[in-house]
Amino acid sequence: MGKPFVIQNNLRRLRFDSNEMTQQDLAQQAGVTRQTIGAIEKGDYSPSLELAFRIARVFNVRLEEVFFIEDSET
Amino acid sequence: MSYQERRTLANLVGTILVNVLYTAYMMQRYPTAGDYSPEIFHYWATFFLILIPISILAYIIIYIVFSILNAITTREVEPDITDERDRLIELKGNQIAAYVFGIGFILAMIALVASLPPAAMFAILLCAGLASEMLSSLLQFYFYRRGV
Repeated sequence: MGKPFVIQNNLRRLRFDSNEMTQQDLAQQAGVTRQTIGAIEKGDYSPSLELAFRIARVFNVRLEEVFFIEDSET
Repeated sequence: MSYQERRTLANLVGTILVNVLYTAYMMQRYPTAGDYSPEIFHYWATFFLILIPISILAYIIIYIVFSILNAITTREVEPDITDERDRLIELKGNQIAAYVFGIGFILAMIALVASLPPAAMFAILLCAGLASEMLSSLLQFYFYRRGV
């Protein structure tokens, strides 16, 4: 098994850069609930690959610009 | 507290209320016949068969009452979709519930092997069903709160 890592995201910054898009707006465009977007932003939920691509498409950016991995300290 | 968290808590309260009230009502009609009398089996079969439609009806009523109260008190619009996170949390809750009921089923069979009266087996099955439903709701609440 490789080095342990955590999945982080730039959702908050991307929303801010997109004319301060609300979580509700993003949720509607990605086809999920606002609570799910909130959970992803907080790092409480790692989305499926399909949802990750849908979110990236909403911002019209590459997947790596939304989600990235960081080495876990533990 | 999110809509989903409140809904799982409403489910939990509903589960406890329905089961406790129904059991308390039915226990007053418990037959006085012997432990292995056909009346006992008839009673327990009736108990479970009536519990199923009552539970379904109660959940529908609880859901409607919860939706109305939630809309009045929070003015939050109910999410019109169930997304992948909702489904994952529901699956995890149901998976644990199935394990708990499975353990209850084994305990019920052990009760029969240990020559306990059939009523003990039925009571264990009833408790296992209630415990599994409660645990499922509690776990779903936990996953919504702490992440999954």
